[in-house]
Amino acid sequence: MSTDVTRTSGYRQLEESITMAPLERLGTDELDQELLTLNMGPHHPATHGVLRLLVTLDGEVVRDLKPIIGYVHTGIEKTAEDKSYWKVIPVVERMDYLAYYFNAYAFCGATETLLEVEVPPRAQYLRVIHMELNRIMSHLVWLGTSALDLGAISMFWYCFRERELILDLFEQSSGQRMHTRYIQVGGVAEDIPRGFEQKVREFTAVMPGRADQYKDLLANNEIVLQRLRGVCPLAEEELLKLGVTGPLLRAAGNPWDMRKATPYCSYDHFDFKIPVGTEGDNWDRFAVRVAEIYESVKIIDQALDGLPEGPWITDDRKVALPPRHELATSMEALIHHFKLVTEGFRVPPGEVYFPIESPRGELACFVRSDGSSKPARVHMRDPSFVNLQATAPMTEGSYIADLIATLAMLDPILGGIDR
Amino acid sequence: MPDAVGLELLAEELREADGESVLDTLYFRDKGVLIVNPVTIRATLERLRGKGFDALMSVHGVDYYPEEPRLGVHYELLDMGALDRLTVKLRVPLGNPVVPSVTPDWPTANHQEREIYDMFGVIFEGHPDLRRILMPEDYEGHPQRRDFPIGGEPVLFTIDESDGKAYTK
Amino acid sequence: MAVKREKLVAADGSELSSDKEDFRIRQLRARDMLRGDLEGENLEKYMEERVLTTTMDKAVAWARSNALFPATFGLACCAIEMMSIVAARVDVARFGFEAFRASPRQADLLIISGRVSIKMAPIVRRIYDQMLEPKWAIAMGACSSSMGVFNNYAIVPADKFMPVDVHVPGCPPRPEALLHGILKLRKMIQDDPDMGWRDGHGARGTEEVVAAEADPTHPTAVNVFRPGNTGGA
Repeated sequence: MSTDVTRTSGYRQLEESITMAPLERLGTDELDQELLTLNMGPHHPATHGVLRLLVTLDGEVVRDLKPIIGYVHTGIEKTAEDKSYWKVIPVVERMDYLAYYFNAYAFCGATETLLEVEVPPRAQYLRVIHMELNRIMSHLVWLGTSALDLGAISMFWYCFRERELILDLFEQSSGQRMHTRYIQVGGVAEDIPRGFEQKVREFTAVMPGRADQYKDLLANNEIVLQRLRGVCPLAEEELLKLGVTGPLLRAAGNPWDMRKATPYCSYDHFDFKIPVGTEGDNWDRFAVRVAEIYESVKIIDQALDGLPEGPWITDDRKVALPPRHELATSMEALIHHFKLVTEGFRVPPGEVYFPIESPRGELACFVRSDGSSKPARVHMRDPSFVNLQATAPMTEGSYIADLIATLAMLDPILGGIDR
Repeated sequence: MPDAVGLELLAEELREADGESVLDTLYFRDKGVLIVNPVTIRATLERLRGKGFDALMSVHGVDYYPEEPRLGVHYELLDMGALDRLTVKLRVPLGNPVVPSVTPDWPTANHQEREIYDMFGVIFEGHPDLRRILMPEDYEGHPQRRDFPIGGEPVLFTIDESDGKAYTK
Repeated sequence: MAVKREKLVAADGSELSSDKEDFRIRQLRARDMLRGDLEGENLEKYMEERVLTTTMDKAVAWARSNALFPATFGLACCAIEMMSIVAARVDVARFGFEAFRASPRQADLLIISGRVSIKMAPIVRRIYDQMLEPKWAIAMGACSSSMGVFNNYAIVPADKFMPVDVHVPGCPPRPEALLHGILKLRKMIQDDPDMGWRDGHGARGTEEVVAAEADPTHPTAVNVFRPGNTGGA
């Protein structure tokens, strides 16, 4: 389906039908038909984060688009080579800053694969609960800021109201709102406190109703429909060639979701659906993400129902810190604690690529270990970095306003793009 | 993941088509790895696409300092139909870090190869637009090489300020 | 932050009497001044007596501090917590600061929320220069104040290229912490009307456009453009 509005909307006929008579009286020249290259960003209210776009315009129609990135490049991968595995977790968490549990899990999963440690089932369920809460939170921030871009400003306050509930839950389990360092190599940092389960259930009872409220506000709104329906679609084959994954690919009709396709971390124990769109336009991208919120709530409920008893981190003392009460009685525990905190655990040499499904697509962590206690190479395959390449094909031939809406629906997170 | 036997069969088929394309195979942590010749990487990936691995998920670089050949490029392939993953690795020396670009066949590799060029200095022949993507355009050096210093500023405390060692006087 | 308190004294240095009658006299004089009835010598005497404790400077500082317009400048993770202060739980609109201006020309507070990479630093500086005086900057989070979690080749602390008034620690700082930092800045603006911030940070000459006779070779003159010279922009 062509997105070139000049062909489908009679734009050219309209242009040619305008008479130049009043301007001729003033003695002005003919209007230039040149292409204008406009620089949007890196500081711009509508670019999510510091993204710079060089947009080549023909009137208001986008002819070409070049994204320029690197304005938040933090050298995370280089910093990670300098720190022991335990200390890499907070560094790597700050990459895609709305999906911090996923960043941590991708890295911990890769390290656990190299170490060949078993993650206890309780830890897997706790990881799932926190990751799905993070997925809901990421979609809420996306919804709030995207609606802000479209002009529906009050959605921002409603979405952030729910986000505060989720951040309260994160604070209860780990002590931090963002970048919680909760997922550790071998399990999770701490067991959930008493009352956490009840608070999560209060949240999951309330969240579907709130998501219904968002749909009431936006889904039948004439302006939202006009701005999103049929705007900037991209075919599934194009998306696959560009390596796009996540809700963008699912909106185009391809039900690829790693939680179902190649389950990891006990996701196969839960019963949930994958929302899939039909046309791949902005409306489908919007609807797929809102529907994912409901599915994530279902997963959290099932995980709480089936939460197994047991340890929350592996028993292997060479990898996980021993519990503090053991330090007073056992000499080995003391030695293990000392070695882990000063030098860190050593990982057998090898290279591993560990992919998971983050709110934006396939997030993978590549870890190369040379046998020492520091990784030799950490690379995060970030979904937004690859998805950004789809911006140009999507927005060719559409208006600037559609470009802003498409950028919002793309959900780019510049921290992940630039790392 | 193709199991170890499947991996060997795959490598055999590739070697039949082109004897020098596959240098080695490795089966590590339940995942198959093919180590291939850099010169024929495009043809190798096309043959693998024919075998069903039609999605290129990631292209990333590694610096194997101090082993030679030093710079490596890894391609992560995914077969969505058969739920298989395969890694294709190649190594190039620092003296001649040239790898044919796979961007014409796999458009997803565009930004990712630019990142490898920016961070490691691997030159991708045939790339439509090979320039720095994350560092400033006029930056010198390739930061993620192992012998590039990590850099950084000394942390400024209040006592340093009173000593006169502020960032700006 | 020490707040200077001065005891009210009369024009000749003697303490003001707390006698009821004197107080009544002062009240009437204040009323007359407000009505504009005091003139000449009486007015001067009155002003010297400083019956009203506010001076023009303090009034202006009070107005400025309660109407800060932050610039929408979110860089990384701290930007999400900065968005949280606009949200309903930690409501910055209580203080009057919810009007985030997109254009730096209309903003007077730059909250550098997030890590400043070397590619972004000249752009942050340019946005800061585009802001009109009086302007303030808050370095939010550990990355912009010092190097934060990442001490490497790619990051610059904000102090290196621009004057910062308040540093808010945290990674990311809680929205309450950022609000505490903004309120501390508000107090700084109120307590010290002439903050002398340009002298305090060695920032003379950081205006973007100066008068034709300014000396661009002055050692602290940065970004000094003559009218008509846009510096390649």
